[in-house]
Amino acid sequence: MEQYTAWKALITSGGAVTEWQRFYVYFYQAFIEKDRWQQYLKGVGTTLYVTAFALLLGVILGVIVAVVRTAHDQQRPGHRNPILGILNFIFKIYVTVIRGTPMMVQLLIMGFVIFASSKNFVMVGALTLGINSGAYQAEIIRGGLMSVDAGQMEASRSLGINYFDTMRFVIISQAIKAILPALGNEFIVLLKDTSLISVIGGKELLYAARAIVSRTYEAMYPFLGTAVIYLVLVMIFTWLLGIFERRLRTSDRR
Amino acid sequence: MIDVKHLSKNFEGLEVLHDVSLHVNKGECVVFIGPSGSGKSTFLRCLNLLEIPSSGEITFDGVSMTDPKTDINKMRQKMGMVFQHFNLFPNMTILKNLTLAPIRTKQATKEQAEKKAMDLLKRVGLQDKANSYPAQLSGGQKQRVAIVRALCMEPDVMLFDEPTSALDPEMVGEVLDVMKQLAAEGMTMVVVTHEMGFAREVSNRVLFLDGGTIQEEGTPDQIFAHPQTERLRSFLAKVL
Repeated sequence: MEQYTAWKALITSGGAVTEWQRFYVYFYQAFIEKDRWQQYLKGVGTTLYVTAFALLLGVILGVIVAVVRTAHDQQRPGHRNPILGILNFIFKIYVTVIRGTPMMVQLLIMGFVIFASSKNFVMVGALTLGINSGAYQAEIIRGGLMSVDAGQMEASRSLGINYFDTMRFVIISQAIKAILPALGNEFIVLLKDTSLISVIGGKELLYAARAIVSRTYEAMYPFLGTAVIYLVLVMIFTWLLGIFERRLRTSDRR
Repeated sequence: MIDVKHLSKNFEGLEVLHDVSLHVNKGECVVFIGPSGSGKSTFLRCLNLLEIPSSGEITFDGVSMTDPKTDINKMRQKMGMVFQHFNLFPNMTILKNLTLAPIRTKQATKEQAEKKAMDLLKRVGLQDKANSYPAQLSGGQKQRVAIVRALCMEPDVMLFDEPTSALDPEMVGEVLDVMKQLAAEGMTMVVVTHEMGFAREVSNRVLFLDGGTIQEEGTPDQIFAHPQTERLRSFLAKVL
């Protein structure tokens, strides 16, 4: 602390300092002074919370949209269900609009137009991310569902198992294995995209870093630190996905 | 037991089945033979409504299958089906494959279903495969498991859709043996096959399907020893 104050004064007055002293001062200033590391930690907490919420919402939306669209596309000619047709149309618009507009624009519209009166920026951000991710996940999951051999559905239905149990136990569980790498990719994008909610005032990790930069007029260490934290988070995420994937592969043993 | 009246099936203008009628009695083993594309498989798949008939009526155990009000899941539980490509669930162990349907349809508790599955596996000589995955089995073993999977639901009738067509020749026998055993026990069976030996030996009745209609029907002896139509004679000449 004393060392920091002394060396800081030295830098401010333009005195000669070693590289080590410069690093020490800026690092201390970015992470330790006034317990700033707590701000990053809080930011990481929000980031993880937003990721988890958006992930859950995205998976739910994605599965619903994918199942409805697959069911619609796999109807036999001459036996079209009108309700499925309407839902399919709505979901198609949803996917087109969400995939066709930038995430940043969606966030700004949600934050400053639709939920302009809301002060819960984190929640609005999480909601937007979830809706956004759902559209991408829907297409990934749809691809997975369609990759499962039609004979699986037939075999299960021929045993008298109803459509929903068939989807749940036979089709979706097989589709997950096929789409896990693509879905993992989407999850990683989602985790990093949470940094965008800082533009509508969501106090996540990048928001904390920017607040510290504007306080200390020193950008390098807060932003480098932020990058490292994201990297570590993604690496942990990737590692967890790898474990999950290996577990799903037990049925491939020969 | 199964009564089919004037069944027709079109695929977008293409008529695959034309006015087919059939009555299957309890305990009977009926075999369909005929060239590829003659509609044999489509007919079989219409029986449990995997294909929806374009017109005609199917009655099973006195209940109309084609009536939209019929609970089709309930009816299918009484009709086992065996597919050409086995269609075992690759993500589950053999035991799970066998017990999924009885448990999900609440026909049995987990314990009952597992006991029944193990008993039936023992009968086809695969009890040591209960905890294997389908990928670890040979084709013949897979098909025997698929038969057992259908039997676990205690069906009243078994439908076989070319059960040996995807097998290596040396594995055909083991599957046919299981089917013969079933027939001998009095199971009602409808079989689509290219195994003329099986048709001749096991079936009570053989139907020759071509161009979507039943061209000839009779006992195995009538069909194989005394074919009436030119079409059947030329078909037999090619396959026998």
